[in-house]
This record gives sequence, C-alpha cells and structure tokens, in this order.
Amino acid sequence: MIEFLQQLINGLSQGSIYALIALGYTMVFGVLRFINFAHGDIYMLGAFAGFYTAPKLLSLTGGGPSYAGAALVLVAAMALCAAAGVIIERICYRPLRAQPRLTVLIAAIGVSLFLENGGQFIFGADPQAFPEIIADSAIELPASWGDFASLTITIGQVIVIGSTVILLAALRTIVLHTRTGMAMRALSLNPLAASLMGVNNDAVISFTFAIGSAMAGAAGILTSIQQPSIDPLMGINAGLKAFVAAVLGGIGNIPGAALGGVIIGVLEALVVGYVNPTYRDPLVFAVLILVLLFKPSGLLGKAEREKV
Amino acid sequence: MRHPKSLLFIALALCAGASFFTGGINPYYYDILITIGINIILAVSLNLVTGYTGQFSLGHAGFMAVGAYSSAWITLTFGFVLGTSLPAAGSVYLLALFGGGLAAAAAGLLVGVPSLRLRGDYLAIVTLGFSEIIKGVIQNAEPLGAQRGLGGMVQHTNFFWTYAIVALSIYGILTLVHSTYGSGFLAVRDDEIAAESMGINTTKYKVLAFVIGAFMAGVAGGLYAHFKQFIHPEGFNFLKSVDIVVMVILGGMGSTAGVCLAAVILTILPEFLRTVSDYTWLPGPVRDLAENRMILYSLLLIILMLTRPQGLFGKLHFIRSKKS
Amino acid sequence: MSLLEVSNTTMQFGGLKCVNDLTFRMEENELVGLIGPNGAGKTTVFNLVTGVYRQTAGTIRFQGKSVSGHRPYKITGRGIARTFQNIRLFGSLSVFDNVRTACNMHLRHGISHALFRGRGFHEEEDEIGKSVMELLEIFGLAAMRDRPGNSLPYGDQRRLEIVRALATRPKLLLLDEPAAGMNSSEKERLMQLIRFTKEKFRLSILLVEHDMKVVMGICERIIVLDYGSKIAEGPPEEIRHNPQVIAAYLGKEAA
Repeated sequence: MIEFLQQLINGLSQGSIYALIALGYTMVFGVLRFINFAHGDIYMLGAFAGFYTAPKLLSLTGGGPSYAGAALVLVAAMALCAAAGVIIERICYRPLRAQPRLTVLIAAIGVSLFLENGGQFIFGADPQAFPEIIADSAIELPASWGDFASLTITIGQVIVIGSTVILLAALRTIVLHTRTGMAMRALSLNPLAASLMGVNNDAVISFTFAIGSAMAGAAGILTSIQQPSIDPLMGINAGLKAFVAAVLGGIGNIPGAALGGVIIGVLEALVVGYVNPTYRDPLVFAVLILVLLFKPSGLLGKAEREKV
Repeated sequence: MRHPKSLLFIALALCAGASFFTGGINPYYYDILITIGINIILAVSLNLVTGYTGQFSLGHAGFMAVGAYSSAWITLTFGFVLGTSLPAAGSVYLLALFGGGLAAAAAGLLVGVPSLRLRGDYLAIVTLGFSEIIKGVIQNAEPLGAQRGLGGMVQHTNFFWTYAIVALSIYGILTLVHSTYGSGFLAVRDDEIAAESMGINTTKYKVLAFVIGAFMAGVAGGLYAHFKQFIHPEGFNFLKSVDIVVMVILGGMGSTAGVCLAAVILTILPEFLRTVSDYTWLPGPVRDLAENRMILYSLLLIILMLTRPQGLFGKLHFIRSKKS
Repeated sequence: MSLLEVSNTTMQFGGLKCVNDLTFRMEENELVGLIGPNGAGKTTVFNLVTGVYRQTAGTIRFQGKSVSGHRPYKITGRGIARTFQNIRLFGSLSVFDNVRTACNMHLRHGISHALFRGRGFHEEEDEIGKSVMELLEIFGLAAMRDRPGNSLPYGDQRRLEIVRALATRPKLLLLDEPAAGMNSSEKERLMQLIRFTKEKFRLSILLVEHDMKVVMGICERIIVLDYGSKIAEGPPEEIRHNPQVIAAYLGKEAA
C-alpha cells in the first residue's frame, strides 16, 4: 500500500511535467489542427534557458538557491520559450497555413531536428548539470502518520505539482474568462467564422503558441529541479510521452491534456515500480497505438466527422 | 512509356556490362556507388507508400532493419549448407535477400493495418512508433547480436546485384502505377472517400502499398547488410527514416524520376560536405557546420517546405486540403 | 422487387435525427428528385444509400439485398454510383485518368498482369482506354483528356464527375446538386444531359437539387424532405402546389 502510494506520488510529479508539455500540443492542435513536432524541443530550450540565466538571476536574490530566485528563473524561461514559440510559428508555420497538412508537418520535423542538432552544436552534446535553484530535500513527515511517514515526498515534488496546479488554473482562467481565450475557442471551432466575427486569427495563433511554449518552458525548469542532468536531446522522449498524453486525453481538449499527462505519469511510475523499468518507453508507444486504434478521439475528446 | 520490359532487359544488360569495369574503382567511390543504389531502392519504395498512395510513413527504416537482419541471419546460418562454391553461396544470398524482403513485407502488413483508420499526422507518429518497436525488439534479441550489432556477413553485394535490383524496382513501381490497376493508389491519395465511392477498395491499396514498399526496403536492407558486413540497430533509427523521407520530399512525392535523382544528390551531399570540412582555408565555424550534416538537413527540410514543397519534380497542391 | 427500397430509415448523430423514419422506393428507369430546405438531410440519404454512413434504424435494400454494413466500394460494385455536393475529383490526375480509376472495379486482371504485361494486359488496357474515350466523347470532354481534372472550368468538372460515376456502370446514379454554380444556359444543357444519360445508359437517377426549374423540368417524381422527414411525395405538379412544401421552404405565412 505504501509502495503504491509512493509510486502514485512519483507518478503525479512526473505526470505534471507531461501535463504541462501536453497542453502545448493540444492547444496548437486545437487552433491549427496540426501536431507541432518541435514542441518537445521547446521544453529542452526551457531547461537550457534556465541553465544559462540561473547564475545571474540567482545572484540577484542573494546568491544561492531560493524560492524567489527559482521563481525568477521560471518566469525567465517561460518568457524566452514563449518568444521562441512565436518566432518559430511566424517563420516556419504561418507561411504554410494554406498548404496541405503534410507540408507543415515536415517543416515541423525540420524545426525539431534543427533545434536538437543546433542545440548539440551550440550547447554541446554532453549532458550538463542544471544549477540548484531550490534546496531540494525530502520532507520530514510527522511520526503520527504512522506507516505513511515512511513515504518520500520531496520539496521538489511538491513544488512541481503545486506549480503545475497554479499554471493550469491560470490557463483555465485565460481560456474561459478572457476575450483572447474566447477567441482561441472560437478559432478552434471554426476559423473562418471566427475571423469574420472580428477575431485576428494570426494574433490569436501567436498567442496560443506563446502560452503553449511558456508551459513547456516551465516544464523544462520544473523537471530540472528534480533531474538536474540536461542535454539537447531531452525533449525527444518527454515530448513523445506528452504527445501521447495529449492524444490519450483527447487532442484539442485542454483538461484532457492535463488528465492524460497525469495518467501517463502514474502508469509509468507503476510500470517502473512493479514490472520492469525497461518497459517504460514501449509502454507509452503501446498506449498510443491502443488509443489510436480503439478510441482515437481520446478520453475527453469528441470525434470529428469529415463532411462528405 | 512504351515497352517497359524491353527497357528493363536493356538496363539489366547494361548493369551486367558495367559490372565488369567496377573491379578497378577506388573503394571509396565504389562504396558511394553501391550506397546510391541502395538509397534509390529505399526512396523509390517509400515513394510508393507516401508519394503515390499518400500514406505518410516515418518508419521506413524499420522495414530496412527487418530485411537486413533477416537476410543476415539466413546467410550466417545457412550460408554454407549448399556447399562453398560460388553458385551455391550466391543462391543462398539471393534466397536471403528474398527472405529478408518477405519478412519485411510481413512487417509492412502489420504496420499497414493501423493505416486504415489513421490519417496524416497520426499515421506518421504510429509508423514511427512501430519502427522504434522493431528497433527495440532487435536490441533485445541475442541471436541478432542485440546492442552489439551483427557482423560476419560475406560481402555478396556487388555492383551488378545492386543495380539489377534498382532496375527491377524502378520497373516494378512504374509499371504498377501506370496501369489501370495502379491508378487505384493515386485515387486513394487524392481523395479516399471519392475513391471508395468509385468502387476502389481503399483498404487493399493502402495495405498493398505498405507491403510492397516494405518488401523493397527489406531487400535494400539485405543488400546493405551484405555490403557493409556489419549492422547495428542504431543504423535503422528515426534519423535513417528521416533520411529516406527527405529523399522522397526533395525528389517530389509521386515522381519516381525525382526521388531517384534526390537519392543520388543526398548520398553524395554528405560526402561533399565532408571534403568541405577538410578545406583548411574556410573559417572554422563553417567547417564545423559542414560536418554537422543534420543541421543542414533540417534547414534543407524547412527551406524546401517554405519555398518549393513539391520538390524537384513533384506536382503542387494535389492533396485535397482537409479544412480545419 | 424495387430497385431501391428505403424503409423506416433513421440516421441519428447524438441527439440529432438527420434522417427520420424515411421510407421511399425507386424503380428501374426512373428520374426522381429529392428536395428540401438546407439541412433537410438530403446528402445524408445519399451517404446512407452508398454506405458512407450506416443507418441507426431501418433498412435499405438495393435489388432486394441489404446494403447495411457494407463498405462503399462493395455497394458501388453492386451498381450504385454518385457525385458529390462539393466536387471530389482526383486532383492530380488528368481528365482521362479520373475516369479510368472508376474502371478499376471491372478489371479482369490483377497486379501480376500489371507487372508482367502479357498480351491480356494490353488488350484490357486498350479496351478500357476505348470505353473511357467513348464516355468522354459523349459528354464533350474528349478534347481535354490530358488536362488535370482540377484545371477544368467548374461546369466541366461537374460533368466529369458524372462521367466518372458512369464509368462504374451503375444501375442507380445519385446526383448531388449537379446544377450548383451553373448559369441558366448551362442548366438547360445539364437538364438535357441528365435526361439523355438516363435514356442512353438505361439507369435510374436520384437527383438532389435546389434549382426548382431543373427539378420540376426533368423529374418524374419528387420526394420532399424537411428536418429529416418526408413531408410530401408525388409528381411535380402536385409538389408545386403542396402547402406543406411551400411552408417548409418559405415559412408558414407563405403557404
């Protein structure tokens, strides 16, 4: 029982990372009906953004790891990733909007490879150590919890889960209670009608990329708190799993992405804990293939019919 | 194209003739020559799946791997069962190539099935997934050398076999596609619903495309395994699939001539870049960049999509754009 | 046994009944019109009859055999062909090849013949070539045989779609708004063409159309749908004066 709870906690923490990245996939798909192959690499950019800015930002807050410093690093990474996302969309995807979907998918593959190999070229291919921005340690659980006191919950995990909840709440507010959010929803339902109703499609799409990329950047920082080894190819694996999470939840559906992320994270933890760690990655592919074969619209998504 | 069979026989005769002169070629150029042939077969086979039938496949290297490992296993296990004479070894080799192709075709059947319900982006990801699974299986298979790779194959592959198979592949694809039977592939690509309504069994054509494409890639894998004499799972990863996809896109999806030319160009290009990085008179960063083939590849992809998505010889805008 | 029997057929998408308890018949050699305001379910009926959709209730029989659950290509094989509301030509193929693809289903020879190219292959390809050109000649498209299907003027594209459907040798032809986007002289020619097609190829035609002149001009019988249900059926004269039909199109006040 304790073991199971432990895996659940680990899975929740890892799942939060996947959820944040999955949001970007799902939002972009919602407004453009396109899978941004390069999204996982934005997550990598976030981690490296933190890597390079942390020393300067931490020195502003007193020199060592601190919550304020970590918050600064998080915001900086989110801003840089948002910018990267917007630039990529503007240069590589927007000109291809009228083309068949295959064309922009191939362009996205090109962007992804460019970021990965360019990252190896510029940052170096070897893994680097992410600086400590928070003093991470296991939380002392009160003895009155009995058996549960033997659970390992780290500050890092709490921060990851907590930050994710806050970011998700913020996103929900934006999507449901702002005009831009309403424009995003309108765009995802009917781009032509949205533009006729005065929505500036280009701006809303840029905004969507900005937010999605910011979320991925946040994920890059949050993951580095717990796994400080970063390298330019780290986006491949995480990106793929987040993509599966988005599909599992129902691609285009924002709560679905969060739900999918958590499920994948927990499933992974359970497989690692109870079955065999080497089955971690094949499991995810298996989930993808099963979902696409049996319920392609995902858990929370709606099946889209092509009009004949 | 009038009399394709005559053209085929002429091509085969030319291959036989040319192979007499290849003995004296510098091994470096010989290597490139054989690699060009193998890449042409890979590109032409993927072109059937993606270019002519419109099924976007990112896992073609997986079929090549199945063929490479199956054929290698056959020659390694049965290579001398018929004796050690040249015809005996040769016939085992040919059987191995064919066996590798069949094994790959079976894999193609497996992969083709999900293609029936998935479109575009999703299909691409699933084919990628299958290819990774194939790689994973090989990496865990001791009899196939697992993570260490598999070696010791006899170098049966030579100019004649390579280019004879190139000629057969091109012949096969062109005759298939330029027939009424083959127009079914094109119809599926252009508009599946309309094709189905005009009496075309779209399932059959999609699966057939995968099976034939996989078979040919498997044979190419066999040629490769018996040329390099050593194969390793990482040689058949996603990047290899991307290599082949770039050839098809550069050539122009749906143009066999185009993808052949693209295969030639993209085989020679990395070698050319390698010599550029040796030119000491160029500034350091330029030379470093030249060594980094993948950065340039990825830029090539992006720029190609932005400026000329139909590639060298392809036609523009033929896919019915599925509106959001 | 009627050529086509649609009995108590309902097509429900979630809470919406696109086709509601529809019953009608078609016999051989009939020209029937299917009309109704936008959203009445007309194209859905086409999709049901051709197997693109499967009905949620009721039966559809073609020549006595049910079409339910069969793939569209099999149903086409039995003798039902159609055109589409939004033209669906094979964009990258020439006019000639567009029609040729529809001959696929009648091929006697398979893949090995395409590869080995024996005499049988060439004979059959020549046969197909001839019948395609005949069809194109009849419909005045022969001169454009090598042009890409997409490059034709709109009216010609619609004609090409009809030719392609005819190449499947149907007994029942479903035309979905063939007159859309045409001017009046083109519509006149279309009306003649449809009558001619029915006579020459001895088939039945079910026509969905919004242009009342065309419908009233050529249809022997008209079925009227509104919100998925049949509200009237009969010869053009009756339908023209039917108050329910008028109400459906123009609102209750006009009836």
